Parts: sequence; C-alpha cells; structure tokens
Amino acid sequence: MRTDLAVIGAGPAGLAAALAAAAYGLRVTILDAAPAPGGQFYRQPAAGLRAGRPQALHHQWRTWERLRDALAACDAEILTDHHVWAVECGFTVHALHGPGRQESAAVRAEAVLLATGGYEKVLPFPGWTLPGVVTAGGAQAMLKSALVVPGRRAVVAGTGPLLLPVATGLAAAGAEVAALVESADPKAFVRHIRALAAKAPEGAGYAARLLRHRIRFLARHTVVRAHGEHTLTGVTVAALDSGGRVRPGSERHIPCDTLAVGHGMLPHTDLAESLGCRLDGHTVRVDGEQRTDVPGVWAAGEATGIGGATLALAEGHIAGRSIAARLRSREPDPREWTAAATVRGRLRTVARGMDAVYSPPPSWTEQITDDTVVCRCEEVTAASVRRAVGELGAGDLRTVKLLTRAGMGWCQGRMCAPAVAGVAGCELTSSTRPFARPVPLGVLARQHEDTTEEGAS
Amino acid sequence: MNPLDLAGARPGPAFTVTFDGRQIEALPGQTVAAALWAAGITSWRTTRRTGRPRGIFCGIGVCFDCLVTVNGRPNQRACLVPVHSGDVIRTQEGTGHED
Ligand SMILES: Cc1cc2nc3c(=O)[nH]c(=O)nc-3n(C[C@H](O)[C@H](O)[C@H](O)COP(=O)(O)OP(=O)(O)OC[C@H]3O[C@@H](n4cnc5c(N)ncnc54)[C@H](O)[C@@H]3O)c2cc1C
Ligand code: FES
Repeated sequence: MRTDLAVIGAGPAGLAAALAAAAYGLRVTILDAAPAPGGQFYRQPAAGLRAGRPQALHHQWRTWERLRDALAACDAEILTDHHVWAVECGFTVHALHGPGRQESAAVRAEAVLLATGGYEKVLPFPGWTLPGVVTAGGAQAMLKSALVVPGRRAVVAGTGPLLLPVATGLAAAGAEVAALVESADPKAFVRHIRALAAKAPEGAGYAARLLRHRIRFLARHTVVRAHGEHTLTGVTVAALDSGGRVRPGSERHIPCDTLAVGHGMLPHTDLAESLGCRLDGHTVRVDGEQRTDVPGVWAAGEATGIGGATLALAEGHIAGRSIAARLRSREPDPREWTAAATVRGRLRTVARGMDAVYSPPPSWTEQITDDTVVCRCEEVTAASVRRAVGELGAGDLRTVKLLTRAGMGWCQGRMCAPAVAGVAGCELTSSTRPFARPVPLGVLARQHEDTTEEGAS
Repeated sequence: MNPLDLAGARPGPAFTVTFDGRQIEALPGQTVAAALWAAGITSWRTTRRTGRPRGIFCGIGVCFDCLVTVNGRPNQRACLVPVHSGDVIRTQEGTGHED
C-alpha cells in the first residue's frame, strides 16, 4: 500500500496531524495498535459494551467529538489493530495485525509522523510485584476501555498529575479510594506558581472531587511497602521530611486490595531510535516544525516530551501543516500555525514546571530491600544489581544488564530501566531495541524472502 | 455506582468462559483481563524462576506481566486479547511450555 504520510499513533497528536495534512490534500494513513482511535487520553469503552455515556469517564469530551467527526469526514485511512514493529528508511512501515498478530502489513510513505505517545514509569518498592499492584495509567486504561475496576478498596500513590484523574475516576466507578499518596511537596507549587498558574482551575476541580468522594490526600507521603502473600492486602505509607527522606516512626498501614501507582511517564522512542533520530535525553528531538533530524520523519505528542493531551494536539497540528507544505516542496509559513505555536509554548513551560514539582523523592532507592525484585520479567533482585556494581564494577546500565539479565526479558527493559539505573546509581540511558514490538520468527523470515526477491528482480 | 452503570453500558448478553476449569461470565467487548478482573480474579500466571503470582500491571500491552494461556496457546497478553464465548483460559505456569 502507498500513501503520502504514514502517521503512527492515533492519539491526540497523530489525529491532529492527520487532519491538518489531509485538509491540504495529502493521502494519509494512520496506524495504531489499539482497536479504536483516541490514544491513551481518549480511550473509548469497547464497542461491544455499548456505552451510552462514555463521557462520564472523560474530561474534554467535546474535543474528542470534534476530532472523531472530522476524522469521519476526511478521507484519511485508519488502520486499527496494527502493531508497528519497524519503519525502514525510505519509508516502509511494517505492522502486525489479525488474530494472534501473525499477519504482516507494509505501508510505503513519503513521510512518517511518529506520534507514539508514552507509557508509565513505576519505581519499585518491596511488594510491588504482588497481584493487585497496577500502574495508575493501567487502572485508568482498564476502566476506560473495559469498564472494570480491579478491586473494592484502592490506594493511589506515587507522584504526578495523572494520579488525580485516576483516584477520582476509580471513586466515581464505585471503588473506595482509601488515600491518594503523593510524594510531591505542596510548597513546590508555590515556588513554580508562575509556570503553573494555568493549572490552578483544573487543580481546584480535582480538589473538589477528592472532597466529594472523601479521598484522603496525603501529600509528601510515599508507599514504602506493599503487603500480601499471593495478592495485595495492604500498604505501609510514611511521611517524607523536607529532604525527601522517610520520617522514622511515621509509618502507618492502610488495608487495600488495589494499589494504583505511578511516578511519571516515559516517551516511546523505539521507532525514532531505530530510524536514527537524535534524542534529547529520553525524548525525540524536534525543531519548531516538529521535524526530527532525519529528513522525512516528524514527531509530535508525548514522544517528544511529556506534557498532556492539549500540547499533543497543538504539536500534531503543527506537524501536519509542516508535512503538507514540505511534501509539496513548499517552505511552510509558521504564521499558518500561530495559535497552535502559542499553545505549545505555554504548555511546554507548564510541563517544565510540573516536572520540577513532581519528582520522585530522592531517597526512593533507600527503601528497596536486597530481596526486592527490580526487573519484573527476569526476576532480578536489587541485591544482584548492587553486587554487579559493588563487586563486579559495573558502571553503566548496559554492563549491569549484561551481568544480571535485568532488562533482557519480554518487556526489553521498558519497565525496569529507571529502577535498575536508580539502584545501580548510574545514568538512565536509552537502550536501542531492534524491534518496537515482538515479531514472530515466521514473519521475519517471510520479510527476508520478500526483500531478496525484490532485490533479484 | 459500578463502572458499567456510570458509562451507561448496555452490553449484549453475557457468555461463559472457563478459568482453570471454573465457569466465569464475560461480556462482549471485554479483554481476557477485563473478564477475569470482573470475576474478582487478579492473578493468572506464575513466574518462571520463583513461581510467584502475577496479573495485570501496565494494562496497555507494555510490561508482559499479564501473560496467560488461552485455548492452549501460552504467552497471550490478557490485557490485549479479546475474550470469546467458550474460551478456555488457564493459569500459565512459567513459560507455559512445560505441560
Ligand atoms: C496508560 C495511560 C493512561 C493515561 N490516562 C490519562 C488520563 O486519564 N488523563 C490524562 O490527562 N492523561 C492520561 N494519560 C496521558 C495521556 O496519554 C497523554 O497526555 C496524551 O494522550 C498524549 O497524546 P499522544 O497523542 O502523544 O499519545 P497517546 O495518546 O499515548 O497515543 C499514542 C498512540 O500510539 C499508539 N502506538 C504507540 N506505539 C505504537 C506502535 N509501535 N504501533 C502502533 N501503534 C502504536 C498507541 O496505541 C496510542 O494509541 C495516560 C497515559 C497512559 C500511558
Ligand atoms: S498488563 Fe502489561 S502487558 Fe498486559
């Protein structure tokens, strides 16, 4: 299949870009792994559940309705249930689809937009592998798409703005939320008040909802341990002092069967890295037009920096316009997107303020006992990571990985990299992965045959 | 209120699947994980090395903690796989290839 622009990811960023580019007459193909467009923010209840009031689980539903209607009215093609595992230079986008993801599809395009979003970062603590402990975003995703809650009594914990919609969402859906445990210090907001002023009304709205659902808000607190033998039975929380250390004697036990926990988000950068795009730390580097430094490849949304759905929409819009102009060999005029650029500038400042306020307590590694599993897939304990550093002299993430197998399992280190780096005391570097998704060997073999045939003809 | 009522859901008729031989009800549109959660089940895998129980963690297909055996096929991510009437779901022990 041939197209002008392949958009990978049908979240706010990808959809805004597709709409902007299609409005200029480009042929656009959107690929997304999910069964329906919307991304994480506009995640919909599954069609089979026939939800009459899906907006009850969302804010900014009007924006979604506008996106959805515009998408239906334009002729951008949307391929859902397509898991992109590689993008070849030139460009060919390879995706798996169908039952068991055994079928392979290839889309050839002149330009590619990476709008792959992000996933949640969770730092370990004793007991975090117990069933009943889930990521905050995961609890939210299960609620929004499948209309299920994991248990009856939940604690929501960690740090970051996502904890607020998760706690109030779970409560609205009937779970008892015993506490929202946030490690950030409310004083930090005051220090960043200028950057965060725009967030105040939203914050006030959540404060009202916490009150309405009688959710206890424990600021400057952290979960030090999850308890249970085969399933979660409760958590121990403790207060943090001004240096971010656990205050001795402040521990208390809260019984619960669910712990929704998160410490911020990490961008999906696998495809960008395999295409050779330059990163800034953990995010894809882009210019004012959302171009990466690889010609023909644009990026927008959380992949270029965590900042929320509205920022993702603005970046997507700019990318779409830039692509439309560039593919027609025209120099784009930034005045075409003045409004979006203003929103982008403002929200990037807010995002920096949020980053400064919501950072995990500096002492989080002190809570990790030697027998705490840090790599969930390979069941590597903190003790073996510490041994790799202390006795075997590992000084970087890659060496720790080779010595311990941390990050070599199914998830390819997506879940444990921040944990392993923290426990080892080394820098969190990105690990290049050959494929963005697991690929059946049969598909790879067929791919090889196809290319050799093409080469021979 | 429960989540189905909150979203005004009117799903089609429930159907049955089995989990480790016991019958549970599932709704059209649910994933295997959602059906198990709705039945009060939060773990359906034991780990390869230490045999510890696991279930959903990331909920969006990234972590692979939710692996399960469905209709004899091991290593299916329960948070992504849609559930169908009559599915035989089993706790996956280790790699799922031992039995
Ligand atoms: C689990 C989770 C829950 C969240 N819940 C909330 C919430 O309730 N409220 C809130 O304000 N913010 C929430 N967020 C943050 C929110 O996702 C972002 O602010 C916003 O959606 C970013 O938009 P985006 O377009 O950049 O990415 P996303 O909305 O994340 O969209 C990215 C899309 O790319 C697709 N994708 C990624 N990689 C591939 C691939 N290789 N092949 C095919 N498709 C791919 C994904 O399926 C996804 O649909 C959540 C984030 C996560 C991870
Ligand atoms: S819960 Fe993480 S992959 Fe299913």
